[in-house]
Amino acid sequence: MTDQHTNPEIAQQELMAFMAGGQEFCIDIMAIREIRGWTAATPLPKTPGYMMGVINLRGTILPILDLSARLGLGACEPSGRNVIMVVQIGSRAVGLLVDAVSEIIMVKAGDIQPAPSVAMDEMKALIIGIIPVGDRLLSLLDVNLVLPELEAEVA
Amino acid sequence: MSADDPFEAIKQTFFLECEELLTDLEASVTALTFGDGDGETINAAFRAIHSIKGGAGAFGLEDLVRFAHVFETFMDELRSGRKACDDTAIRAMLHASDVLADHVSFARGLIPSMDEERSATVANDLRALMNGAGPAPLPAAAPEPSAPAGTTDEIEAAFGFKPVMFNLDALPEDAAMVPEGWTISFKPHVRLYETGNEPALLLRELARLGPCTVTLHAEALAPFADLHETAAGLSWTIELDAPVEKTAIQEIFEFVEDECDLVIAPKGGALDTPDVGDVDIAALLAAATAPASDPVVPAAADVDIQALLAAAQAPLVPPIQSAGEAPTTAPQTPTKAPAATAAAAPATSAGTQASIRVDLDRIDKLINVVGELVIQQAMLAQSVAECGLTASSTVKVGLEDLEQLSREIQDSVMAIRAQPVKSVFQRMPRLVREVAEMTGKQVRLVTEGEATEVDKTVVDRLAEPITHMIRNAIDHGLEDSEGRAAAGKPKEGTIRLAALHRSGRIVIEVSDDGRGINRERVRKIAIDRGLIAADANLTNEETDNLIFLPGFSTADTVSDISGRGVGMDVVRRSIQQLGGRISIASTPGKGSVFTMSLPLTLAVLDGMVVRAGGQTLLSPLPSIIESFTPREGDLHRIGARDWVIRFRDRFLPLIDTAKVLGFSPPDRGEINGKDGIAIVVENEGGSQVALWVDDIQGQRQVVIKSLETNYRKVEGISAATILGDGRVALILDIDALVVLGRQQANHADFKIAS
Repeated sequence: MTDQHTNPEIAQQELMAFMAGGQEFCIDIMAIREIRGWTAATPLPKTPGYMMGVINLRGTILPILDLSARLGLGACEPSGRNVIMVVQIGSRAVGLLVDAVSEIIMVKAGDIQPAPSVAMDEMKALIIGIIPVGDRLLSLLDVNLVLPELEAEVA
Repeated sequence: MSADDPFEAIKQTFFLECEELLTDLEASVTALTFGDGDGETINAAFRAIHSIKGGAGAFGLEDLVRFAHVFETFMDELRSGRKACDDTAIRAMLHASDVLADHVSFARGLIPSMDEERSATVANDLRALMNGAGPAPLPAAAPEPSAPAGTTDEIEAAFGFKPVMFNLDALPEDAAMVPEGWTISFKPHVRLYETGNEPALLLRELARLGPCTVTLHAEALAPFADLHETAAGLSWTIELDAPVEKTAIQEIFEFVEDECDLVIAPKGGALDTPDVGDVDIAALLAAATAPASDPVVPAAADVDIQALLAAAQAPLVPPIQSAGEAPTTAPQTPTKAPAATAAAAPATSAGTQASIRVDLDRIDKLINVVGELVIQQAMLAQSVAECGLTASSTVKVGLEDLEQLSREIQDSVMAIRAQPVKSVFQRMPRLVREVAEMTGKQVRLVTEGEATEVDKTVVDRLAEPITHMIRNAIDHGLEDSEGRAAAGKPKEGTIRLAALHRSGRIVIEVSDDGRGINRERVRKIAIDRGLIAADANLTNEETDNLIFLPGFSTADTVSDISGRGVGMDVVRRSIQQLGGRISIASTPGKGSVFTMSLPLTLAVLDGMVVRAGGQTLLSPLPSIIESFTPREGDLHRIGARDWVIRFRDRFLPLIDTAKVLGFSPPDRGEINGKDGIAIVVENEGGSQVALWVDDIQGQRQVVIKSLETNYRKVEGISAATILGDGRVALILDIDALVVLGRQQANHADFKIAS
């Protein structure tokens, strides 16, 4: 798990807030390498439905994952308005397709509440906390868990 | 032992050098075997052994040193002419070089154990040959190896490292060859330094004339506190052991004659040489620690270390007199420096080619980036073309130049990784000797095209298939001596190993002049093992190629060398993994030729660009046999889901590429035989299947990109690549595709003849 709720010494943490499948989420900004516009991906055979395929990121082959589909919120129909967040998971770079990125928010460790018990398995597996910001509610995702296939491979 | 961790890196360098030296040795010995050798060849072999011994001593590899020493002594006997270089001697050299290579491999940890018995036997053989060499062998000719080891041990104890051993044995001989020498006293004036002359260079010139012993006289140097930067306090006495003309020495000092005190006298003549024991240590130290005070002294202090390092790492330094009389008292040690550098200089300049060692990763990275450059450039060109500029616009012209430049960069970068196949070829003579000995056949190996260059990764992986093919050729291809005599052939069989470039690929041929393939027997075995149908109608070529099928072995008795039934299909598989192909052509009674063709590099791949299910895919060209548009009636359905296609009067299973990979929309109809193309491919097992694709778009060379870097292995796909338009295209894994096709169809196996 991440350190933010166990280590009080980190007074503040920067999170990137974004929309996926019509809901608001956020991830640790340190995991994000870059954010780029949508480009059509080359589909990969024999992969789960949320794998959009691969794109050319300056010469490396970058897998693209539909975060909405991964969270069980329905497949995204990508258009020019969608963005790809390139995140670092261990030694690998992975692109997360989301609806839009909204802002960077600063939170204190105390602002993060434990994730409530939700029925959906996909959500439960990925959400490590929730953050109320005014009237909005952001779910904090652990980016290291979005690609279960990689974990299986590493193990 | 003394090779502790800090030395590990140097040790690795030493092993790399050993590899090269062993290659040189092998080349020399091979030349001698063929009678091409002369005195220089023996010298080259001697130097290689000597260098290995020297380095091994520095790393405390006692066994290696001991053996190398015996071998070296033996070579010295040959070199000096005390022992004739006859067949017996050459055979002993062959064995000894093999054992030496084993010693190195063992020291390096490449082989688990050392055959001590063989080593001892070969060493004893060498000694026996030497002892039989003449009525009274020189006592210095064969000293016990423990003698030099003892002295070095003392030095090791004192300094914590082992110095390089110089060849002391050669010294009396050298001395005998030098009837006279010169003693030169050289004392530069301030003016010499002021005019920008460098005594070290003059001393180095002197050393080119012959072995020098240089003594530095620093007693006139002022103490550090009083040292003046323009003062000249140093002088040298040089003992030159070479029968050169006095004028040769004078020539060296020609330009500084008036700026120094120079006395050139025949050796042994009266010369006022100050006692070396009087050297003022304080002055010397002062000199060494005063970098700007005098241009010479700090240089001497520096080069001392450099010279030692150079000597430790590249012990190619010819034996020099000063090493023989190596002074062991501390004050004199620095005075040796100019001589050591002087001797090292010609050694480096005599090196055949200037080269640097670069980490392979760096080169790979460079190749990668250059690959990107070419793709980016292609994308840019496409964008410019879409702008509708006139052909003469500066942008277009500039772009064309850029294209040419980037192609040139790509070619040059690829050339960096290219290496001659020589390194692999030179391992083969030993193999041939061993296999020939085991089979009791007389074999002569002829190699051609050793300089043919190919990517390093390919070179590294060539050894195994070539080894297999040569073993096979000697064991199965060549007849025994009686058989050859009966067939009217020379007793000695010939194996030819050749490399050449052909249409952007490297071709390796292994041919023998043996009996050729016994087609009747091959056919019978294939039928017996159920590899072909009893009534299969095969051409001669097809019959010959049956030997590549898994589980095929023609030898009636299983021998140590080959014939375990895993031979040729393993060769074929390892070649196919490299993107290559192998075939055989055989003439009964005349011999066989195995031909393998490989890509020049593994970083790029020749592929056919195809479309299936709306996706652009690449099929590796080496796997493709043929592509064709089927006529009506060529496609037939078998069972519920399976299709077969007629290809040259045979029926091959047809794999619907788009469907197997899940690219086809679910509502797509079945294959109808009209709008598509069949590509006949061959998988690793040698069986053929046809892939059904929508369209073929062309052929191109692509840079291979791993999917595993950021994701994982994907079934049916071997890797990805980036096409000229910047899009990613997947490269098909033919074998996995065939397996996937079988799983999906879930049908009974097709028995395919051939």
